[in-house]
Amino acid sequence: MNIKTSLMAATMLGFAAAAPANAVDLEVTHWWTSGGEAAAVAEIANAFNEQTEHSWVDGAIAGSGGTARPIVISRILGGDPMAATQFNHGRQAEELVEAGLMLDLTELAEAEGWRDIVHPVSLLDSCTVDGRVYCVPINIHSWQWIWLSHAAYEAAGVDVPSNWDEFVSAAPALEAADIIPLAMGQQPWQSNGAFGVIQIAIGGQDLWNSINIDKDADAARSEQMAAVFQAAANARALSARSTVQDWNQATALVINGQAGGQIMGDWAQGEFQVAGQTAGEDYSCLPGLGVNEVISTGGDAFYFPVIDDPDVREAQLELASLMLSREVQVAFNLKKGSLPVRGDVDLEAANDCMRKGLAILEAGNIMLSGDQVLDADTQTQLEDLFVEFWNDTSYSPEEAQERYAQIIEQAR
Amino acid sequence: MADTITLAKTRSSVADSLRCQGAGMPDPNGPRGAKPRRRFSRRNIFLYGTLILIGAYYLLPLYVMIVTSFKGMPEIRLGNIFSPPVEITYQPWIRAWAEACTGLNCDGLSRGFWNSVQILIPSVVLSIAVASVNGYALANWKFKGSEVFFTILIFGAFIPYQVMLYPIVILLRELGLFGDLSGLVLVHTIFGMPILTLLFRNYFTSLPEELFKAARVDGAGFWGIYFRIMVPMSIPIFVVAVILQVTGIWNDFLFGVIYTRPDQYPMTVQLNNIVNSVQGVKEYNVNMAATLLTGLVPLTIYFISGKLFVRGIAAGAVKG
Amino acid sequence: MAVDASGASGDVPTVGQGARSNGPENRAPAKRPFQLFRNLNAKIASIPMVATALFVFVGCTLWTVVYSFTGSRMLPRFNFVGLDQYERLWSTRRWLVSIENLAIYGVCSLVFSLVIGFTLAALLDQKIRFENTFRTIILYPFALSFIVTGLVWQWILNPEFGLQRTVRSWGFESFTFDPLFTPSIVIYGILIAALWQGTGLIMVLMLAGLRGIDSSIWAAARVDGIPKWKTYVFIIIPMMRPVFVTALVLIAAGIIKVYDLVVAQTNGGPGIASEVPAKYVIETMFRAQNLGQGFAASTMMLVTVLIILIPWAYLEFGGKKRG
Repeated sequence: MNIKTSLMAATMLGFAAAAPANAVDLEVTHWWTSGGEAAAVAEIANAFNEQTEHSWVDGAIAGSGGTARPIVISRILGGDPMAATQFNHGRQAEELVEAGLMLDLTELAEAEGWRDIVHPVSLLDSCTVDGRVYCVPINIHSWQWIWLSHAAYEAAGVDVPSNWDEFVSAAPALEAADIIPLAMGQQPWQSNGAFGVIQIAIGGQDLWNSINIDKDADAARSEQMAAVFQAAANARALSARSTVQDWNQATALVINGQAGGQIMGDWAQGEFQVAGQTAGEDYSCLPGLGVNEVISTGGDAFYFPVIDDPDVREAQLELASLMLSREVQVAFNLKKGSLPVRGDVDLEAANDCMRKGLAILEAGNIMLSGDQVLDADTQTQLEDLFVEFWNDTSYSPEEAQERYAQIIEQAR
Repeated sequence: MADTITLAKTRSSVADSLRCQGAGMPDPNGPRGAKPRRRFSRRNIFLYGTLILIGAYYLLPLYVMIVTSFKGMPEIRLGNIFSPPVEITYQPWIRAWAEACTGLNCDGLSRGFWNSVQILIPSVVLSIAVASVNGYALANWKFKGSEVFFTILIFGAFIPYQVMLYPIVILLRELGLFGDLSGLVLVHTIFGMPILTLLFRNYFTSLPEELFKAARVDGAGFWGIYFRIMVPMSIPIFVVAVILQVTGIWNDFLFGVIYTRPDQYPMTVQLNNIVNSVQGVKEYNVNMAATLLTGLVPLTIYFISGKLFVRGIAAGAVKG
Repeated sequence: MAVDASGASGDVPTVGQGARSNGPENRAPAKRPFQLFRNLNAKIASIPMVATALFVFVGCTLWTVVYSFTGSRMLPRFNFVGLDQYERLWSTRRWLVSIENLAIYGVCSLVFSLVIGFTLAALLDQKIRFENTFRTIILYPFALSFIVTGLVWQWILNPEFGLQRTVRSWGFESFTFDPLFTPSIVIYGILIAALWQGTGLIMVLMLAGLRGIDSSIWAAARVDGIPKWKTYVFIIIPMMRPVFVTALVLIAAGIIKVYDLVVAQTNGGPGIASEVPAKYVIETMFRAQNLGQGFAASTMMLVTVLIILIPWAYLEFGGKKRG
């Protein structure tokens, strides 16, 4: 199977090379601009520059997806698209695909047997609209982690917690040592994400599914959910003194031992790596807050807008193919701190935390990500709700729960 | 001192020129009720004291930016932002200009500088040309409905740009100008039009109408009067328009990033990228240096032509 | 002072006019059909303005209003949903907070800009030495973008680095001034930055206005023994009406558009405490990919502008011919 696949892929690439293919400058838009992220994207760019005759033109836009997406969308709508662009997995690009603005990758996907390679296959499903494939999943990012600073707990004279309850009970000791128990950035997506993590840890997966997948507003109003909101309110108190904006500034607080922990996705790992820290020695990570070990399989994907130029189209397909290749998957994901989308690669160099993630993935304890099940509109409403909730202590858990239920009711 | 006052006057009223003479020397009959005053009168101490305090408030941020941009990161973390640098380092400036990274591009602001210039010059020229003709037509050649269009334009000044972003994408696509430098120039011309037209209209209206009449008698037409009389008489207001447009267009981020391609991104886009790409710790010193470098062009123009600006404003904006 | 072209031509001897068709005609144009060709060059020269006014400002505005009644998501689509978008808009906390913030910011910004601008101008008008220097100092922030303004003030107001820490290090341990992290006053933190950036221009306008006042007015006031402040308030300010109108247009246009500054300084935080309508519009349109909702919000903003602007425009431009 594998041989056959690679043969077919080779033929395709061979065909591409044989055609009067001219070297093309491919403009690739993404919003990976933090230290670890930039190092990771360089891996793809280098591979692309070396292995093909085309060149990668980097169109990085700083300031997270919120800044970049309007630019990407207006460029595509304006009829002057980039050759490839990052989106989060799931429904963000839905309408662009439906409007026929994205390149159909189905032939390449079938030739290379993506359905057999990509693991879990739900990632490819998120790229599929009406049976056609429109994007290349590049990594798996999971939100469900808490990162703990060994230095902070040492300074406070308590053991590094191994689950959420211990974390909460260790907080007073940290406070006494003038350490912020929980570092939180102020960006809305962080507030929303952190709440989601608490939700899955405290409320469990069934509750999460019935709310987020079935959009069951009664579940959102349930007692169980009230407990989740109470836990979030407690976490809010622990993060009261954290005033940084960006997620990686909050991570920096943990790296420097100024804060005990941070609830953040596995991309935080890249920052620890850049700072030269070792998992298990300088910091630990607890998937599912150490309570409910499950990870979501969202992540980033690349879409290739339709460009009316055969040379460009060939280069786009070459890039798509390259992104799923073993070498790029390994090199990219090690730097990014995310998990590869192929089950058949060997991550020898993976560190402690990544291995934990891989094991959970292997065991099949996976869930869908928020971006896969909720559209951008609902996500934004939730972000607005939670950024207010985390920052305004007068916003009671009950009030927030009711608003939450309303949003779920309206969700499509 | 006296010259500023001269600059300020437009329809040279006799009173104004009288005041100019009065400005130079203590004049008991001066218009501002200035009594013969001693240099250190209580009034003076109060006046200059207030002005110095206000000046300090306005200068503080600039001072903080400059001071910070010459500090190293350790010093920033420890010291307070108002203290001068203990050890002066030029590294942040070099980094901001040539080394700071966005994604894979580590060439700092330098990439955007010439792009900004290329966007700036045609945009400024075109927008001013169009707006001045508009103003001229509105002031001297009113036609049926011209005031209606003018009112709509003024209304346009109140519309947040972002609201128009989307329809304009479509408009430019239909014109085939999307992603092209000329598309961006067009957008700047359109959005500069309301305020500039208002300025030019007011200025041309304030010119003595005898001039216009005399030219008409001599047989000059629309363009003849515009080029031979209006433009030469309107240098101050053109200066104001240039300054406003240079500042506005140079500082623009939104249009620059949406209506161009990455190889044409203006400097402000690079600035945003540098400031928002936090790689590890926030490098405040590099951010400040980058900010100052980006602001250098409009700042220089203000410091050099501040006088002309005030003079032009006095001429154009005041006569409503 | 407005030169009415047709009025002006009335004083011009008709002989000089001759047969030119592109010039202003005599008082009563005899031939109606040529109405269109009067001022032909002027009309041609106005085409860019007319096109901008019609296609961009009116056209795009109407387009926005029409689509605000649809359920458009990422792409504009014509699926009519009635007033749904508006109902949702007015039940959204963030929009309500935005409106409240804009009201506070708008009123304060208007009042303070005018008062500070005028006071500064009056101070500079006292025949002081170094007037140029002071004026340049007050005006220079106007050359900087809102992004830069927001960044610098974010930094100065940062409790860990900035003003608060410095004052505390002088020994005032309990000194607390961190508006950017206190939800109830964060909008004033933004106001401080906005005033720093914008008052210079207003000051220059006012200064120009003061210089335009006939000096005999001052002499007369002095003769009558009217105190200086009274002269300013009751005589000078009413005489400077046109200046105030221009200043008002500039300030008001700035208020409704406030966006970059908030993004750079607080990004709407803490929580949603410093959100503003323009930011809501942009983010619903592009982040939430809900165009219909974004268009509904922008329509509400446009309506507000119209309610304020139409009576004023009528008075200022339509109602009378000024001399």
